[in-house]
Amino acid sequence: MSRNPVSLPGDPPVDPEQARAHGLAPDEFAAIQKLLGRIPTFTELGVFSVMWSEHCSYKSSRKHLRTLPSRSSLVVQGPGENAGAINVGDGWVAVFKIESHNHPSFVEPYQGAATGVGGILRDIFTMGARPVASMDSLKFGSFDHPRTRYLLGGVVAGIGGYGNCVGVPTVAGELMFDPSYNGNILVNAFCLGLARSGELLSARASGVGNPVLYVGSATGRDGIHGASLLASAEFDAESESKRPTVQVGDPFTEKLLIEACLEAAKTGAIVAIQDMGAAGLTSSSSEMAARGGVGIELDLDKVPLREPSLTPYEILLSESQERMLIVARRGREDELKAVFDKWDLHAVVIGEIIEEPRWRAKWRGDVVADIPVAALADQAPVYDRPIRPAAPPALCPARVENPEPAAALKALLENPNVASRRWVFRQYDSIVQGNTVTGPGISDAAVLRLKHSRRGLALKVDSNPRACALDPYLGTIATAVEAARNVACTGARPVGITNCLNYGNPERPEIMWQFAEGVRGLRDAALALNAPVVSGNVSFYNETEGRAILPTPTIAIVGVIGDVSRQVPSFFREPGDTILMLRTNPPRLAASEYAAMFGASDRTLARIDPEREAALIDALVAAAEQGLIRSAHDVSEGGLAVAIAEACFNPGRLLGAEVDLAAQGLTSTAELFGEGASTIVISVSTRDVEQVIQLFSDRSLDCRLIGTVTAAARLRLLPFIDEDVRELFVRYEQGLPGRLATND
Amino acid sequence: MKWGVVRFPGSLDDNDTLWALNEVMGQEAAILWHKDTSLKGAQCVVLPGGFSYGDYLRCGAIARFSPIMESVARFAADGGLVIGTCNGFQVLCEAHLLPGVLTRNRSLSFICERVHVRVENAATPFTCAMRQGEVLRLPIKHGEGLYVAPESELRQMEERGQVILRYVDADGRESDDANPNGSMHSIAGVANERFNVFGLMPHPEHAVEAMLGGEDGLKIFRSIVESVR
Repeated sequence: MSRNPVSLPGDPPVDPEQARAHGLAPDEFAAIQKLLGRIPTFTELGVFSVMWSEHCSYKSSRKHLRTLPSRSSLVVQGPGENAGAINVGDGWVAVFKIESHNHPSFVEPYQGAATGVGGILRDIFTMGARPVASMDSLKFGSFDHPRTRYLLGGVVAGIGGYGNCVGVPTVAGELMFDPSYNGNILVNAFCLGLARSGELLSARASGVGNPVLYVGSATGRDGIHGASLLASAEFDAESESKRPTVQVGDPFTEKLLIEACLEAAKTGAIVAIQDMGAAGLTSSSSEMAARGGVGIELDLDKVPLREPSLTPYEILLSESQERMLIVARRGREDELKAVFDKWDLHAVVIGEIIEEPRWRAKWRGDVVADIPVAALADQAPVYDRPIRPAAPPALCPARVENPEPAAALKALLENPNVASRRWVFRQYDSIVQGNTVTGPGISDAAVLRLKHSRRGLALKVDSNPRACALDPYLGTIATAVEAARNVACTGARPVGITNCLNYGNPERPEIMWQFAEGVRGLRDAALALNAPVVSGNVSFYNETEGRAILPTPTIAIVGVIGDVSRQVPSFFREPGDTILMLRTNPPRLAASEYAAMFGASDRTLARIDPEREAALIDALVAAAEQGLIRSAHDVSEGGLAVAIAEACFNPGRLLGAEVDLAAQGLTSTAELFGEGASTIVISVSTRDVEQVIQLFSDRSLDCRLIGTVTAAARLRLLPFIDEDVRELFVRYEQGLPGRLATND
Repeated sequence: MKWGVVRFPGSLDDNDTLWALNEVMGQEAAILWHKDTSLKGAQCVVLPGGFSYGDYLRCGAIARFSPIMESVARFAADGGLVIGTCNGFQVLCEAHLLPGVLTRNRSLSFICERVHVRVENAATPFTCAMRQGEVLRLPIKHGEGLYVAPESELRQMEERGQVILRYVDADGRESDDANPNGSMHSIAGVANERFNVFGLMPHPEHAVEAMLGGEDGLKIFRSIVESVR
């Protein structure tokens, strides 16, 4: 049955101009006509425009993403499903992914961020895993930009509003302010779920005659063209008018949907399931059919609607939230309906799996779209876009200041890029579900326990856009090994990576070069760390009126701790303990927070050897597993001085540190405040010092004794700094709320 | 002893309460579904935290009309022990099983942190395993925990000893800084006049294991066990 679909009364004419308005290039419109052997209907044009959008098709990135390593002995599911999965032991599988919701959050910060959280949760529980932890990577413009506070407040409230209500703890994250995000903020949401081994669900449709169930919220007009016009185009002066393309979240329904879907999974009546995310009903139905090599026929009259006047075009393209599509085993749909009925959710059969590999939609007796499944999935365009290296931008003031070290330290501690994030994470429920051993603000990574097991998981998300701007390849390696180091500082061994690659317009060769170099860096880091990239997301077109964001690969790493009772915090614990410094490379001022504040002439990143970084991480984990490490803190924004100060901020009672920098030859500004891979500050009991130094030197790693933890709460980094830790702590805690409270 | 933990749509800490009671304390706790009316022989009913029905209206305003709440109200009227934490406290106030009401935090934002509360009346079934004036460290996580009641009623509640928990600092001193949400009289938990219904904003079920940050919540559950024995 391949009769041509009908055009509907009131459909605008379909021509090259209409195609362009839908974001399709002339050659793409020509390719569509060739694939169909005719001109698409208006409905079909809408369907192609979302499925061939950058957001859904990965047409600019796919060639590069194929090079990423995605296998290890622990990988249960690599790229290709809704999220990746890693075996974390004791019968548990961790399912995780990170995804962007940048443009919606810039246009409407509360709902944009909230639905970003909702969307990534669905990617996890559609795999049959219960979401157990969220993280967020947030980038805002300059703190002094007039929109920044509004956007920050809205995004944080949106993440909390959704995450708190749905009952998934937000356990870690990162936050940065930089002028390059003035016109295009970044909101990258991560979620991790847990499933029992062998109980994962798939999004691969099969079984001719199997019914297709629509479950969850009814379909409305919200979010139409979110994927194509909002996510896959850069911003301009008109962007405010795109607010209606932002979806509206309903976390209560999402909570019901989580419980109902996980309960439905237990019936064994689900063949395939996928959430209706970007491009809604269209993408979920066509992608499930494509994965299974089958066709699908949808009866749009059966779709639950919020108002009866929606057209097929709108029904197919709606991005209304909290909806899932399920392929059920024929004859068992009533078992599924009973579960959704219990949770007061819609569950309606709206179609079936057909043998002919076509994606077909019917409405009021007519076929309104009839497209080969492959045309929407595998045959979407793939581009090998030209690349051209670009000179690094000037990141810091031209005029170099030379503040006194103590003054620089104080300024750094209250700098919004360094200061305590308590104002943010206090607004998030970080303990619900009862697994949070280490929540936000305590260690370099969050630590969760696995119930009925001694094991734990550590999670962290990182990015380092300034380093990536100076060198997109080395900067991405630095980002990946930093995330791995943060995870390892808790005593966890990194086992898997997910990433969200945020860049400008890929049609510009300089941007495409940043992207290609970033993927190459991620690949080399993942190989060295033996941590495969199991899922990810690409966000292009992050620019406004031709000004792109700094290249921002956001990298989240999951690690496993064999015995969670041995997890390591980042703060000093016992007066008298010895402070050691682990280091692979001397730090530099290039791309540092210090340079952004006070200027620096250094604009070159240190060479970084991913193998050596992996060796450091391995040694650190080995030492932690033997119970030799009291605390471990990675040196990042603000350098060694800030790292030691932060390590004194023990939440139980403030401690001090005495470090003789002069005796160690650590006297330059770069030594005090520089960044770059990598330096770790650890504290160990005096009786273990020799053993720890031996452990690292056996592996040819630099491990130096630099000082002592003191009961007196003074930070003494001699001969430069001798400050009251309490005063430093107040500055650190007040940095963010203090700046938010002032009206300057 | 037997416990019933009510599950409303949108309940979030129901499983954590089950974990605390069954896995940590070895009690016999079961879920009570909101559409059911049987309390399954529970000797104490727990209304857990969460966002029942999304809390899109006032917190707890819809949940009070659930079928299970009729049974809970009858159970309470017969002297049965009922404890509501966070959203459960809000539901109990909406259901008029407890006096007062919980409104938006003074900061207008959600707050998740560990706080200190002082036991103001140790002669109740919910506090009998503790000392008068004992300071507990418990987590809170709510957007609407500012306790409000008419001043005249508060005075009577204070006189009768219905104020069970008050926010204080680590040394047990009451102060504005130690009051995380701006509650009147720094109230963190109250009981009814018969002292068989107790509501509190802190989450005792999230303070039952040292590894997760403390065990003070156990003292409340142990008090209930002792009082039933």
